[in-house]
Amino acid sequence: MAHGSAPKTEFKNPVVRWIDARLPIFTMMIKEYGVFPMPKNANYLWSFGGIAMTMLGIMILTGIILAMSYTPSTPDAFNSVERIMRDVNYGWLMRYVHMNGASFFFIAVYIHICRGMFFGSYKQPRELLWIIGVVIFLLMMATAFMGYSLPWSQMSGWGVTVITSLFSAFPLVGDGLVTWLWGGFSVDNPTLNRFFALHFLLPFVIAGVVFIHVWALHMTGSNNPTGVEPKSTKDTLPFNPYFTSKDSFALVVFLTLFMAVVFFAPLSLVHADHFKPFDPMVTPPHIVPEWYFLPFYAILRAFTFDIGIPFTGIVVLPAKLQGVIAMFGSIVIWFFLPWLDRSPVKSARFRPIYKWCLAALLVSFCALGYAGSQPAEGLPVIIGQIATLYYFVHFLVIVPFLPRFEKTLPVPATISEDVKRK
Amino acid sequence: MTSFVPKLLATAALALTLTGAPATANAASEGPKPPARHWPHQGMFGTFDKSALQRGFQVYKEVCASCHSMNLLSYRHLEALGYTPGQVKAIAAEYMITDGPGDDGMMFERAGRPADRFKAPFANDQAARAANGGALPPDFSLIVKARAGGEDYLHALLTGYEAPPAGFEMNEGMHYNKYFPGHQIAMAAPLIDGQVAYADGTEASVDQMASDVSQFLAWASEPHLEERKQMGFKVLLFMAVFAGLLFALKRKVWAGAH
Repeated sequence: MAHGSAPKTEFKNPVVRWIDARLPIFTMMIKEYGVFPMPKNANYLWSFGGIAMTMLGIMILTGIILAMSYTPSTPDAFNSVERIMRDVNYGWLMRYVHMNGASFFFIAVYIHICRGMFFGSYKQPRELLWIIGVVIFLLMMATAFMGYSLPWSQMSGWGVTVITSLFSAFPLVGDGLVTWLWGGFSVDNPTLNRFFALHFLLPFVIAGVVFIHVWALHMTGSNNPTGVEPKSTKDTLPFNPYFTSKDSFALVVFLTLFMAVVFFAPLSLVHADHFKPFDPMVTPPHIVPEWYFLPFYAILRAFTFDIGIPFTGIVVLPAKLQGVIAMFGSIVIWFFLPWLDRSPVKSARFRPIYKWCLAALLVSFCALGYAGSQPAEGLPVIIGQIATLYYFVHFLVIVPFLPRFEKTLPVPATISEDVKRK
Repeated sequence: MTSFVPKLLATAALALTLTGAPATANAASEGPKPPARHWPHQGMFGTFDKSALQRGFQVYKEVCASCHSMNLLSYRHLEALGYTPGQVKAIAAEYMITDGPGDDGMMFERAGRPADRFKAPFANDQAARAANGGALPPDFSLIVKARAGGEDYLHALLTGYEAPPAGFEMNEGMHYNKYFPGHQIAMAAPLIDGQVAYADGTEASVDQMASDVSQFLAWASEPHLEERKQMGFKVLLFMAVFAGLLFALKRKVWAGAH
């Protein structure tokens, strides 16, 4: 962000001038958030990056406050969370903001990702920006998963057991890997201790990677609904005051919805088993992860038969390993999206067929969410399998091969031309 | 064409709400769904009915507490039910609490104080199981949040005892309950009409006691419910006004943009 060669702004205030001559922080802020050129047609979907960043800040702040009263040990963790809820001043508020904040952070990030996929924000020259974003999403998933374990409830303990046990599917190293993750031979105190340590650390790692994400964004500039790069100053508006005012409004509307849930429906996304202390001897009838993991959980469970050499009984790929590979693969595939998509047109606005393929992807992702929330039997399994099939067909067949057949609509020459046409 | 994206997002949001709901509701899939009742503390404006909470506490104290602990609550918390500090002191003093070790190195008994946790009926889980035919009576501190269906389920369970249907195989020492998952519960029907003599003269029918104790346990699970809603109104009012101002600001700024 800070370029030594960038032209210095003249400041009237002598203190500001003194500081800026030694550390050009004011110059940088003006360059990146004052005069920074934004495509003038960027709509409210472009506000969700800033919203997600605010949610990260809220999570770190409430998380640190919660950590001050939380005890990461198996006999005390559950009761220390309840002490926060009952006896710590405004502890209930901090916890409900943190608990539901995770959901709203994921809502913002999912919208942000959908926007990127629809308008082709992953394409040249923003490939690295996109990849860094996928890294952030993976870090968020790890952080959220470990945070879910901290109250040491039935859902926490059994969620940890189910997800860490996935690693046992890997041949040869699997069992050793699981023991290493647990820090012992079962999910126990060492597991909770390390999950707490990592849950505290990772948000700061995320903040660092977000900084790099924003840095990369400010090199290429923002994409826009046309997918056409700005050609002149007529296509852009300075970030301040245009997008500071627009983003602030979007942020406050989003936070209003968030606060409505925190104060009036804070338990709407929580399962009753999250309020029973973890008992390793009693398995809950129905173990489910948080809603934002359900689609991936459904992909994991979509593989129901072993693949082997026929008539020999030799299993080459057990169902569990297929599921684990597919689940991790479903996100790893995003890393390759910039190169899988061969279309010269960025925005799906001008791709009449691909637009509907993306809609089908969103529908199948939601269907996966439904399948993941249900017990693994009957119709939900079949829905999950069909949706998993479409998910991979979309990324591995439709995205690379559709551009050969699709007739795209005429793309406007400039952003201004597109804005005038409406 | 630009309206395509918002439409998609709305569909996605709807789908998420639809998929989120069954995830929270299907734990008690084995029994019939408990009938939804109206509770005074429900909804945006709902507050606890303090006389119901006091009656519910009386039911807990005289009936449930012989088996069920409430380890997360202290007697001082009862002030939220409308008891005066003096009354809370008197309630706490009814219990003998083991304290110590004293200066002589021995544990001793003393009268309870408001700062003490509710005295548990059993010394440990093993003692509780031994006294209850092997079944562990769950702690009640969080019972409303820890059961799918919450208050509705508790009320249904307490009033759901009946004779097993013909051909239903019952295990030794178990009792048939319409709403308990699997229908076989170790606890015998705990409430009978007129079991407690309510201080306020309310008739102590099973339905009344079940309703009162469910409200008391709802409070115990979520003691800051009223404070939360009150703060919520202020926060939402502030946010709505702030959003309105920001919208006006944005309109003004963008008026000169095109």
